[in-house]
Amino acid sequence: MALADLPAPARVRKPGAPRRGAPPPGWTRWAKPLVLAAGLAPLARLVYGVFWNPDLLGANPAETIEHVTGDWCLQFLLITLAVTPLRRLSGWNWPIKFRRMLGLFAFFYGVVHLLAYVGFDMLFDPAAIGKDIWKRPFVTVGFSALLLMTPLAVTSTKGWVRRLGGPAWARLHRLVYAIAALGVLHYWWLVKRDITWPVAYAAMLAALLGWRLWARGRRQKAQAARFGEARS
Amino acid sequence: MSFRPPSIPPSEITPREVFLDRRRLLQGAAGLGALALGGGAASAAAPAAASTPASLNAPRNAAFSVDAEPTAKKIVTGYNNFYEFGTGKYDPAASADAMKTRPWTIEIAGEVEKPQTIDIEALLKMPLQERLYRFRCVEAWSMVVPWVGFEFNQLARLAGPTSKAKYVKFTTAMQPETMPGLRIPVLDWPYTEGLRIDEAMHPLTLLTLGVYGETLPNQNGAPVRLVVPWKYGFKSVKSIVKIEFVENEPSTAWNKAAANEYGFYSNVNPNVDHPRWSQKRERLLPSLFASRQTELFNGYADQVASLYAGMDLKKNF
Repeated sequence: MALADLPAPARVRKPGAPRRGAPPPGWTRWAKPLVLAAGLAPLARLVYGVFWNPDLLGANPAETIEHVTGDWCLQFLLITLAVTPLRRLSGWNWPIKFRRMLGLFAFFYGVVHLLAYVGFDMLFDPAAIGKDIWKRPFVTVGFSALLLMTPLAVTSTKGWVRRLGGPAWARLHRLVYAIAALGVLHYWWLVKRDITWPVAYAAMLAALLGWRLWARGRRQKAQAARFGEARS
Repeated sequence: MSFRPPSIPPSEITPREVFLDRRRLLQGAAGLGALALGGGAASAAAPAAASTPASLNAPRNAAFSVDAEPTAKKIVTGYNNFYEFGTGKYDPAASADAMKTRPWTIEIAGEVEKPQTIDIEALLKMPLQERLYRFRCVEAWSMVVPWVGFEFNQLARLAGPTSKAKYVKFTTAMQPETMPGLRIPVLDWPYTEGLRIDEAMHPLTLLTLGVYGETLPNQNGAPVRLVVPWKYGFKSVKSIVKIEFVENEPSTAWNKAAANEYGFYSNVNPNVDHPRWSQKRERLLPSLFASRQTELFNGYADQVASLYAGMDLKKNF
């Protein structure tokens, strides 16, 4: 479908005027703290469990902490990757305002996940940790994912976007696709036998990345069509 | 790798009352033989529902104990690997209640002089004892559990293994209507396990009917399971319906699923890592830190190391 076939917008919006159905201006000022609190809730539950209510974390609290933080790391990665498709499919622009926070939550839970492993499993023994990362592919993969996330977390500020320039910043942050894939692989390789959840995460990731490929294909086709029209 | 001097530790000296109890044990075994013949009648008379725990009369055998506090009951009965009820460790406690444990019989077959079917009620009439064993899962967590049962060799002797009986194969019940996990082919159902005959006949190998002084909760392998304390937990097969004495090494469920990860022997060994994690240390539940050093043969080296004399434990993991 060429762009010329699309129906013209019914009404031209004045610059700065709110889109129909959009939330009131300035709403993110109170929505952001809410998202922040919601994102911290899983951690708060773990901390409460460790110090005040051991029963909450079951018979193997360390395992629960590792599973919960690993799950939230992957879930926040997927949610972050859902921001762009959501914007394009819905026409809303506001999800972008939360993307940095969501991505930082993925990094944050990844770090807590690593710390739980380093402390509870490895007893802070650097030699044992080094050996484990070197020897065991699922650890190697998980550690690499977290390592690759670090520059993205560091350069997530507005200052860094300016310093790097938009296109370079965007190129760097495309690393998140590889990071998410490594995260899912880490999960896949560590389960003993039942791969139901790794497969579910892999399917969601495939859908999110697949949509991007499809959208890019469509964009290129539209561009080619426009280019063709301009020449004729 | 260090071995302790071969002196007899005080914990191994059989207390007088246990020694004297042998007579009762032998009488019980004779009674078991008689009961086995009337197994069908016994099962017909048994109450239909047996999922509520019944207390068992089982004096503690101090000769088989460890110097550690038993793990909390709610942990032992709430955190289980019993894939027939799901692969999550909290799944069995949530859904195993539905399992039917009466009527229940164990078929003893293969290379034995007297193949037979024994009813669970007959087993429960055996003189039972309580033993505090260490339990080490291949996933690097561990517990200390007061099991109730009797030595497997007592049951084996009733059937009389022939000279051809080199191994013992155990099979877990398959109840598709009560076991949702059977629908997923994570393992080749039914669950099977195996031991070499000398491992099976070892005094530590406990045919287990109870825990914490009561009959086994379903999630722990009711109504009868094996406990082999020097091996990883998955060797301690649950809810047994069939015991076969065989000539060749039997195939076992986890070995079939991943032979490079779960060997036939699966003796607890800190020097042989699982391909995906170290076995050097373990987390004694509910501890946060995996700070307990795993012991060779789970601390039972004095009793069982001789079974593997001359064997390369890294090859025969």
